[in-house]
Amino acid sequence: MIEVNNLSKHFGPKVAVDDLSLSVKKGEVLGFLGPNGAGKSTTMRMITGYLPPSSGSVSVGGADIQDDPNSAKAKIGYLPESAPLYLDMTVSSFLNFAAELRGMAGGVKKEAVDKAIETCFLQKVRHQAIDTLSKGYRHRTCLAQAIIHDPEVLVLDEPTDGLDPNQKDVVRNLIKEMGKTKAIIFSTHILEEVEACCSRAIIIDQGRIVADGTPDELRRRATRAGQVQVQIHGTSGDAIKAELSRLSHASGVDGESTASGFTGVVKPRKAARGVLAGEISTLCQSKGLQIIELHEDLGRLDDMFRELTSQGKA
Amino acid sequence: MRNVWIIFKRELKSYFLSPMAYVLIALFAIFTIGIPFGLASFIERNNASLYWFFFFHPWVYMIFGPAIGMRLWSEEHRMGTTELLLTMPISPWQAIWGKFLAATTVIASMLLCTIGMVFTISYLGEPDTGVVWSGYIGSLLVGAASVAITCAVSAVTRNQIVCVLISAFICFLLVVFGIPQVNDFLRGLGGEWLSNLANGLSLSFHQNEMSRGLMRVESLVYLLSIIGFCLYLTSVIIRSKRS
Repeated sequence: MIEVNNLSKHFGPKVAVDDLSLSVKKGEVLGFLGPNGAGKSTTMRMITGYLPPSSGSVSVGGADIQDDPNSAKAKIGYLPESAPLYLDMTVSSFLNFAAELRGMAGGVKKEAVDKAIETCFLQKVRHQAIDTLSKGYRHRTCLAQAIIHDPEVLVLDEPTDGLDPNQKDVVRNLIKEMGKTKAIIFSTHILEEVEACCSRAIIIDQGRIVADGTPDELRRRATRAGQVQVQIHGTSGDAIKAELSRLSHASGVDGESTASGFTGVVKPRKAARGVLAGEISTLCQSKGLQIIELHEDLGRLDDMFRELTSQGKA
Repeated sequence: MRNVWIIFKRELKSYFLSPMAYVLIALFAIFTIGIPFGLASFIERNNASLYWFFFFHPWVYMIFGPAIGMRLWSEEHRMGTTELLLTMPISPWQAIWGKFLAATTVIASMLLCTIGMVFTISYLGEPDTGVVWSGYIGSLLVGAASVAITCAVSAVTRNQIVCVLISAFICFLLVVFGIPQVNDFLRGLGGEWLSNLANGLSLSFHQNEMSRGLMRVESLVYLLSIIGFCLYLTSVIIRSKRS
């Protein structure tokens, strides 16, 4: 649905987006991650046709955003960062305006407005002026505008920014639900959000893709992934530590030894992720040691994120 | 066309849903009617002509054009709604025209509220309907031109005060180019051609011609090209702002 090819954007000498390519298929929810200033919003603005790219191309549902902007834009619903709105309008007059610009009229328009209001839980405020609304409602009003024409493609720039935990949950569920039938790309820097509703995630830094995969795959790439946290009793800590470091799948052991046991982490060799815990367990059984804790770290998206993006390195 | 209409409706509503349009209309009536009565001894002249009524319009538009037009794009930039508007399946041209026509409609409603002047001169004598029409058309075009100038300036800045000041200054130049003192000064500076050039470029000159009933093609072409040029400039600015 969304095809981005070698997209670049320069602002003067500054490179905001650097030769970025990605594609999102129908039924896919792509999480777009990156530190502030990584080029997330710039990329989304180019996908939605707001910013012209310096080079490269974007096509949405087969229509090129540069050559045929109106048919491409017609397929997209867009929630810009910070959810801009016409503050002097009421929620329903704003949504009517959006529906009209999307080419709807009469009964079709009314139905679409009602449905968007219902989907985004705006019933209570539909006749209220937008400048009297709280941030959560404003955000959802802008989201309602983005889905009013039931677009094939949704581009959401930080859809949960500034919402309270309950509202975040509502929006995440909405995204997950809509992701079944649409191609969705959304940016966030909340990592749990990616795990909660993305089928795929891309991490970008300084305008380039540094990682691309399912949240699980990405998580496993973190250095800590595969490490085994242990607490073993039964003999002196030093003896246990020595046994552990002799294991064929272990590359290192770190931790505290006491007279009665050992607490710490066992790092796996590169190829040994997932089997190290088993080896430790076998060792303990054969030596009659008591396992208090044995836990393989699945890796965390946060770690992955920090390791890959420049701010973490600094 | 449909999209222009949708944008036009929204903009016009936004003018008339706030007190802004009413305040401007009332002030416009007070100024344009008050000044000729106060300064130009309108009644004492006992002349069934609106020449002195229209005479001050370019001066009044110098403030009112920017006051009406300042929000057209500045407000969109400030609120970030440009991004919303321009990612809709419409062309920037449609948005520019819709906005410009809405602001011009506010000018037209201002003029409509000065209709009392026509009755006044009908009381003073037998006015020439053609001349009255010509003056009103001239005034509408001069007002529209000042709105178009403001439209282009508002596309540059998100600050409405800055927008008003800059556009008022441009309008001011275009008004004073047409007053005799400035013309004399320019004649002394660079000769007849400079003075004629300034006069031809001024809003006040064309307004005065039309208030006299001289609806010349040059005046119409000039005022319409200012509007066309400024709206074109607006589209260029909006495009360049995005890249």
